[in-house]
Amino acid sequence: MSGTAQRLQITAANPDPALLDLPWHIPLAEWPAETLAALPRGISRHVVRFARLSGRVIAIKEIGETVAYREYELLRQLRKLAVPSVEPVGVITGRRAPDGEPLEAVLITQHLQFSLPYRALFSQALRPDTATRLIDALAVLMVRLHLAGFYWGDVSLSNTLFRRDAETFAAYLVDAETGDLHDVLTPGQRGYDLEVARVNIIGELMDLQAGEFLDDTEDAVAIGDALAVRYEELWRALTETESFGFGERWRVQARIDRLNDLGFDVGELDITTDLDGTSVRIQPKVVDAGHHSRRLMRLTGLDVQENQARRLLNDLDEFRAATDRQADDEAFVAHDWLTDIFEPAVRSVPRELRGKLEPAQIYHELLDHRWYLSQQEHRDVPMPEVVTSYVRTILPTRPDEQAVLGTRAEDLRDGETAAPPRGDDDFDPDQLIG
Amino acid sequence: MATVTFDHATRIYPGTERPAVDALNLHIEDGEFLVLVGPSGCGKSTSLRMLAGLEDVNAGRILIGDRDVTDVQPKDRDIAMVFQNYALYPHMTVADNMGFALKIAGTPKAEIRQRVEEAAKILDLTQYLDRKPKALSGGQRQRVAMGRAIVRQPQVFLMDEPLSNLDAKLRVQTRTQIASLQRRLGVTTVYVTHDQTEALTMGDRIAVLKDGILQQVGTPRDMYDTPANVFVAGFIGSPAMNIGTFPVLEGAASVGSSRLALPREVVSVLTEDDKGHITVGFRPESLDVVAPGTPDAFPVVVNLVEELGSDAFVYGSLTNDFGQAAAVHSGAGDAQVIVRVDPRQVPPKGATISVRIRPNEQHLFHAGSGERIG
Repeated sequence: MSGTAQRLQITAANPDPALLDLPWHIPLAEWPAETLAALPRGISRHVVRFARLSGRVIAIKEIGETVAYREYELLRQLRKLAVPSVEPVGVITGRRAPDGEPLEAVLITQHLQFSLPYRALFSQALRPDTATRLIDALAVLMVRLHLAGFYWGDVSLSNTLFRRDAETFAAYLVDAETGDLHDVLTPGQRGYDLEVARVNIIGELMDLQAGEFLDDTEDAVAIGDALAVRYEELWRALTETESFGFGERWRVQARIDRLNDLGFDVGELDITTDLDGTSVRIQPKVVDAGHHSRRLMRLTGLDVQENQARRLLNDLDEFRAATDRQADDEAFVAHDWLTDIFEPAVRSVPRELRGKLEPAQIYHELLDHRWYLSQQEHRDVPMPEVVTSYVRTILPTRPDEQAVLGTRAEDLRDGETAAPPRGDDDFDPDQLIG
Repeated sequence: MATVTFDHATRIYPGTERPAVDALNLHIEDGEFLVLVGPSGCGKSTSLRMLAGLEDVNAGRILIGDRDVTDVQPKDRDIAMVFQNYALYPHMTVADNMGFALKIAGTPKAEIRQRVEEAAKILDLTQYLDRKPKALSGGQRQRVAMGRAIVRQPQVFLMDEPLSNLDAKLRVQTRTQIASLQRRLGVTTVYVTHDQTEALTMGDRIAVLKDGILQQVGTPRDMYDTPANVFVAGFIGSPAMNIGTFPVLEGAASVGSSRLALPREVVSVLTEDDKGHITVGFRPESLDVVAPGTPDAFPVVVNLVEELGSDAFVYGSLTNDFGQAAAVHSGAGDAQVIVRVDPRQVPPKGATISVRIRPNEQHLFHAGSGERIG
């Protein structure tokens, strides 16, 4: 407890009184192990630690006061803009050691449930294209940030958290310290952000290779270059102007469909015709990510990530066809799918195994497993059988991903859930400068 | 290495009327350490970003050497933004950490090794080249980060408030490191800070900006001794200069209830805009405590004395004949002056002391425009 003459200044939207129980009078690097949650950290130039707070995990970063407030404000604004990023909890200043020596301010953010730093992903035996999928996720994140007018300044895998999203990943911004919010970014800013990202990612992958976490045969430079390619593709698809003749107006809908398919809704589409009306130009002006997740939310109330939503919606469509209910109101069918198919499947996973993956991710894997079993046995295997097989053979072998983060979910068993800290000396992620 | 030129460079943010940077004309010499300084919103960071290519240039040009880079992409400008990103890779050696950007660019191995070794020598890191970052102290790791920028051998280093997220102790250390490093390397450096002390300590020259407009550029000595206008006078120097606007009567400024004689050539250039007033600036250390009644001396009522061991500063007030505080501003606030006094002869609180501006140490400005007269 703090028993010293501290005058802590806590800036937070919803201050949690439990914050006062943490040992703010001790420099963060010296916090006792029992206050900390053992989680894999990325490379950071600041001291970062994770701690438990009221049943959740928070990330604490020691940093200069002005910078802390600035980053806190930026993260708040990013949340308001619905950009995937960590949730800021607060800033604490006025820390002092018992001898009166002032200590650095801290920025506190909420740890993202079921998210993983990239190093943790590489430390498991994973699919060979993991690196590529991470890059794709990062490209999407960068495009969304840039559309919102946010210049990142220090894009890297270490500044990002990844969450499984069906067959791929979704990326979330963690560190906004070098960032800046503008109305619109200049091509110079976007280009520079991309170049910094490319160089940083290549460096991080090379570092993984040097530490033997990643195969030497993977071409780090090619993967970094792929980021730029993916970004440009997506950026063009979302923002470029298309021209066509008046007789090809179906291309307006085609463009919207393409954007929906990429997971974006079109908020505003600029359509101009030239003076003699023979050609049409369209350019999306406002695009909103989350097309599929919004639709699923509307139909079922489920709040899941974009690709997971896409998968579930597909399953819903199949259910609709299989039960011959195409003529019925979509909302009713969705409700029945939820109560008759989705929820029973997810609920039949035993309580003690639910901490392994998010529910929507479990369902996604069930669908995969169903496909696999059906192929093996040359018949349509019904879901209850699939679940039994999955729970018995697949799920127990999966690493405890929620527990990798040390978070307690509401329906997990009580007691310590954190995976033991990695004993690997080389895995020391605390690379500080200064 | 190269010169940098801002040629009437202007940046107007869309939707605003007042330029963030207004027709900036600034020429930076090859190898010079130039500091852009000013209060928040003055345009210093915007100017730096224009040089970096991260900000559109709405009018005017940016040149690096003889090359017009106004429309050139950031990565093709041969500049290095230092301290933007300095996390070190734990599994790579110090040498690999410093050289990996070159490796990505496809530079031949031998050349990478050579550049890394050169940089390591300058940074005192030669013996650590084959170690991992874990083996280095905090200060050494920071130098490795600098090494990354150095090996790229850019024409210009750009630094945007690089010390702002360091703690106070480290800030002073790093400040010195950067300055001595730049001297050794001789690379043209443009450095942005809001801290005028940092500017004075580090820059070969300082450029002060306010509201997007260049106020003055010169050596720290020039800026300190001969500020071009009231803003620069009050901004540079700590504690700040005492500045007050006083009526001019019969060739003298009425300072408090006293008279400060003004040179005839000064009085003759006063304009209508000045409305019979003059702005006088005097630094705390330019005042002598004298006997009351000494010509050109004026009384100061002592409110507070700050004793710093080697120095002492009196925070006091001026009053004029009619009992109202004169229009004076200083580092202590409105209607206050700061006087440096002998720490062994500190006046008591509430006492009135007589002070006089040492001959030729006053700064005179037009009351209307704020421009320097003499």
